[in-house]
Amino acid sequence: MFQATALNERNRRVEFLFRVLFGLMTVLLVAPVLIILALLIREGGPAVSFDFLFTPPSDQGRQGGILFPLVGTIWLVVVALLASVPIGVAAAIYLSEYAPDNLLTRLINLAIINLAGVPSIVHALFGVGAFVVFFRFGISILAASLTLAIMTLPVVIVSTREALQAVPMAFREACWNMGATRWETIRRVVLPNAISGILTGVILEVSRSAGETAPIMFTGAVTFLPFLPAGVLEPTMAMSLHLFTISNSVPNMPDEIKFGTALVLISMVLLMNAASIAFRMYLRGKKKW
Amino acid sequence: MLSVRGLTIRYGSDVALENVDLDVRRNEVFGIIGPAGSGKTSFLRTLNRMDEENSAMSVEGTILFNGRDIHQIRNVYNLRQRIGVVFPLPVGLPMTIYDNVALSPRLRGVKKKSKLDEIVERCLQRAALWDEVKDRLTALGSLLSGGQQQRLTIARALSQEPELLLLDEFSIAVDPVTTMRIEDVLRDLKDEMTIVMVTNLVQQARRLADRTAFFLNGDLVEVGETEELFTGEVKDQRTRDYVEGRFG
Repeated sequence: MFQATALNERNRRVEFLFRVLFGLMTVLLVAPVLIILALLIREGGPAVSFDFLFTPPSDQGRQGGILFPLVGTIWLVVVALLASVPIGVAAAIYLSEYAPDNLLTRLINLAIINLAGVPSIVHALFGVGAFVVFFRFGISILAASLTLAIMTLPVVIVSTREALQAVPMAFREACWNMGATRWETIRRVVLPNAISGILTGVILEVSRSAGETAPIMFTGAVTFLPFLPAGVLEPTMAMSLHLFTISNSVPNMPDEIKFGTALVLISMVLLMNAASIAFRMYLRGKKKW
Repeated sequence: MLSVRGLTIRYGSDVALENVDLDVRRNEVFGIIGPAGSGKTSFLRTLNRMDEENSAMSVEGTILFNGRDIHQIRNVYNLRQRIGVVFPLPVGLPMTIYDNVALSPRLRGVKKKSKLDEIVERCLQRAALWDEVKDRLTALGSLLSGGQQQRLTIARALSQEPELLLLDEFSIAVDPVTTMRIEDVLRDLKDEMTIVMVTNLVQQARRLADRTAFFLNGDLVEVGETEELFTGEVKDQRTRDYVEGRFG
């Protein structure tokens, strides 16, 4: 009764083949991440301890821990966040909710996409020219963070705009029809429903900037500093640059410390990503339509 | 109440509605019938200047609302507050049932809880929804059933205390029983406001509308007392064909 034709059979085999092929590609994708993590944990895990995290480096990093670079990276990321989030979110709100669809808007969108494609070393040189020299911030946390902020702005804008546009148009129309202004509509309907997407996007993108080296190495991060920065106008050590230095320029560096530093850096980024994903899952559970 | 003269609506170079003249009288239910794409919805959008939110849409002609040219009104938000709108697909905003109905009063500056409570209860009563939701006013409006959301939309429109209520195919996503309940609501509302109702269902126009306009492919074919359109005293053969279901 159910006699499969030759074509049926062939389709079934092809179906199986593609399933395996796509599955293999996925495994290939995950493998490097797992290998990197496994290697770092095996080689660097023994070095990471409470003391390692909370002791300043000494003897060019051969001794002690990573307290100063760790604190420095937190400074850089927090100040970068404070700069890029208000500007990026405001710009995204303008582009998504106010801007008419005309040539100028399209040019601005094009500029944002291009800004995202600028290599980080070019951002670094821009940061030197603009913040270190022109605005006279010197080699400082402020200059480095602003450079990082400019680098992350495009992604903050794009992810915020996506979150805003995920709010159905019908909600806005309903509000406008009631005589609500754009701002009232944004404040009462659009933002409350987009805020989760905005926050997760922002955390994700900014956490990436924690690992950047090029934009900060000429603008605010230094290879060695015997004290913590006292304010944003001072230079600082940073995890990424510290890792670069101890791996490259310090002879007789114990491998354990290099791997341990890398492990802490990657853990910082992964932790922030995990927090952002958990946050998104929590808010998705409360989805309102 | 409404007086439309020489109204032409274009989307880019496409004409959606051409040179329409019509008047809507105070406290009547004015029906608009016509097949899809005949310009009915575009017409409604221009009445509260929602056309301005769509950059592709351009409008010529004059619309007088209570004798005032709406395009001369400086504060468009004030105009829109006085006109309630109900859409084809129900839109429960993603906030509580209470907040859905209290939104418009709040936009107008009503802050007092007791006053808001009273408005919410009254509007939900009038929209025939109160009994179903009075014990769960803090539930999300966007999670109600389709028929309930449509009545919520009507309650929200009523909370604007509108002089004019625009309904765009309100029963398209609603079951027949709810449709009948909403139709009963509209019959009562007519004493307090003017209603312009776009509908695909010619029988619905017949049940509700005092006068009806027939739009076809961007033209206003004719306007008349609803009964006359249905009993054959039409000026245009196309109207008879449409109401008798021969096309459209």
